[in-house]
Amino acid sequence: MTCPLGRDKDRRDKDRRDKDRRDKTVARVRLGERLAQWMFLVPAMAYLLLFFGYPIVKNIVMSFQQYTPTTFYTSTAPFVGLRNYSTILSSDLLSKALLTTVLFTAGSLLGQFVLGLAFALFFQRSFPLGGVLRSLLLLPWLLPLVVSGTTWRWMLDTDTGVVNDTLRNLHILSSGVPWLTGTSQALVSVILINIWVGIPFNTTILYGGLQDIPTHLYEAAELDGAGPVTSFRHITWPLLRPTVSVVLVLGAVYTLKVLDLILVVTGGGPADATETIATRSYELSFQQFEFGPGAAMGNVLIVISLAFAIVYLRANRRARNV
Amino acid sequence: MISPVRPSVRQTSALFGALALLLAATGCGGGAGAGSATGEVTAITALDYYTDEPEHTQWGNLLTACGKKAGVTVEHTSVPGASLVPQVLRQASSRTLPDLLMLDNADLQQIAGTGALTPLDQYGIDFNGFAKGILSAGTYQGKVYGLAPAVNTVALFYNKDMLSNAGVAVPETWGELKTAAAKLTRPGRYGMAVDANATFEGSWQFLPFLWSNGGHEKQLDTPQAAQALQLWVDLVKSGSMSKSVVNWNQSDLHDQFLAGRTAMMINGPWRIPALNQAENLHWGVAPVPVPRAGQTPVTPLGGEVWTVPQSASKSRQEKAARVLACLNDSSSMLTVAKEHFTVPSRTTVASQYAEQVPSMAAFVHSVEGARSRTSELGVKWPKAATGIYTAIQSALTGEQTPEKALERGQQIATGS
Repeated sequence: MTCPLGRDKDRRDKDRRDKDRRDKTVARVRLGERLAQWMFLVPAMAYLLLFFGYPIVKNIVMSFQQYTPTTFYTSTAPFVGLRNYSTILSSDLLSKALLTTVLFTAGSLLGQFVLGLAFALFFQRSFPLGGVLRSLLLLPWLLPLVVSGTTWRWMLDTDTGVVNDTLRNLHILSSGVPWLTGTSQALVSVILINIWVGIPFNTTILYGGLQDIPTHLYEAAELDGAGPVTSFRHITWPLLRPTVSVVLVLGAVYTLKVLDLILVVTGGGPADATETIATRSYELSFQQFEFGPGAAMGNVLIVISLAFAIVYLRANRRARNV
Repeated sequence: MISPVRPSVRQTSALFGALALLLAATGCGGGAGAGSATGEVTAITALDYYTDEPEHTQWGNLLTACGKKAGVTVEHTSVPGASLVPQVLRQASSRTLPDLLMLDNADLQQIAGTGALTPLDQYGIDFNGFAKGILSAGTYQGKVYGLAPAVNTVALFYNKDMLSNAGVAVPETWGELKTAAAKLTRPGRYGMAVDANATFEGSWQFLPFLWSNGGHEKQLDTPQAAQALQLWVDLVKSGSMSKSVVNWNQSDLHDQFLAGRTAMMINGPWRIPALNQAENLHWGVAPVPVPRAGQTPVTPLGGEVWTVPQSASKSRQEKAARVLACLNDSSSMLTVAKEHFTVPSRTTVASQYAEQVPSMAAFVHSVEGARSRTSELGVKWPKAATGIYTAIQSALTGEQTPEKALERGQQIATGS
């Protein structure tokens, strides 16, 4: 009686032990999987924390400190609360730079986008040398900004620049336009140069977006008697919308922080006419060694960029949900 | 179920391995540098901003020669001018400053104020015979931290052919400058050029006009300062000076002068080697014009001082100080001055030099009365300089009258 029972129990015990072992193995496998997942995440997270998190936190802390050149050596920087922010707010530095930044960003974005879209549509047709021309269009993007900035500075010189020379020879103007030396013209010139710099980026991304639109839609529209304008309005534009939002938001973030171009072309002058938040922050920190107010100015820029980034993420999520 | 796990476990361990390796590697790199504090010092490092040739090689040779005298080899590194101070601040915070450091004299007080430099008196270096201006630029809170073998300043460069063709004498006063510039202006050519750039260079070029008229960087909203700025405004308004001066730096002025598009310019002696190479250009140099005849111009003092930063090793500092003393002895001074068309900073050597190199006489004369930018304001100079160039830009573009522009400049200079 006991024997079969015992054998039965033995078997049951063995079954249970097997099951336990299997459960344990499964658990171990799960743990291993989770660990592996984390191991893949850790390098990326460490990288982000170290090279993005740390500088931003440091910049925020710095904006509440009296951070001077001495701090670099002694590492003592007394906290001063909101004094750096009140400094940049009380002087008219911020408000004027903010307006210039808004004008610069809006003007650049509008020009870059419209021309970029026009080029993208143009290059969508296939014609001889189209590929070569399209890659040549990338040139402004590939050149170092210091090189193209210096060249533009020469080209836009009031007396000897090639732009004014051409205008004079064509008898469009009798005297030269003070492109970079007139307080009202300088910002326009800098915007025009930045548009030139930004066209390749806009064209490339928009061209990619256009390639994704199925061609049979256009064929169907053509059969229905739609002209180029109608098919653009009802096919191209709606299907390009997700790409457009990416281009505009990334463009805004890239344009807000433009520093090198302005420094090379006008240095923020004449008479602060092209002084944006980015150049002002640079000037405060690295020319006047006022690292606290400089960091505060930089943080204003980060907040604005962040707003655009949130808009971008939202638009992205909506696009994915559709 | 089990099969997908194995590779990932293997990957995990591989990752661990890689991480451990990485840590070991960085740990290893960190340890190696610290060991050299003890023992005989055979090599020291030197940092400056002489990136251009032939300057870089000439300074390298001098450093090597002086190093040999002190019994060390000198590792010479140069970084571009604009990145020197940011680099020094970074090195100060990581305690990796070079043993011998060159600084623009206007930056010395700022860096000395951080505590990263050592006072030079402890090394028994002789400060006697140095011109007062450069010694004050190298002094912070009563102690000398930096010495310059040679100094420079700005002066008026003119095109001899253009002046003689127009029948114009070299202008000595502001009045003469205005009439000469007007007479020298032709289609495609301006009479005069200054650097009114929105940088410290613009402020530096304005100083001789401000100071010679009795103005002061401490108080910008004065009639003396307004008169000086009015001179520049008049030159632009009358068309004798290009409107583009607000966007020109000193090397742009040089290019304009070389191309014959301006008959006169304010610039420094470091342009002379390049001007000498232009065969068809006959140029002369004279002191910066003064408000009234008979006055002596007061010009800003340029030049780079050498310093000995703090370091863990006293013996390295001693060696660096011996090299610094050698750079600043009379014979090195003469070599440097002749190579770079600068002026020796010991007054006796300078007068000897003026006899040997007559073309430098105008600069030797100007340097005697030259003032350093930081002697009065010290670490507050960058703010004042910002105020000055902002005022210049507002006035020259016609945004504001000189008086109003300088009032705003003063606000910027004193605003904290």
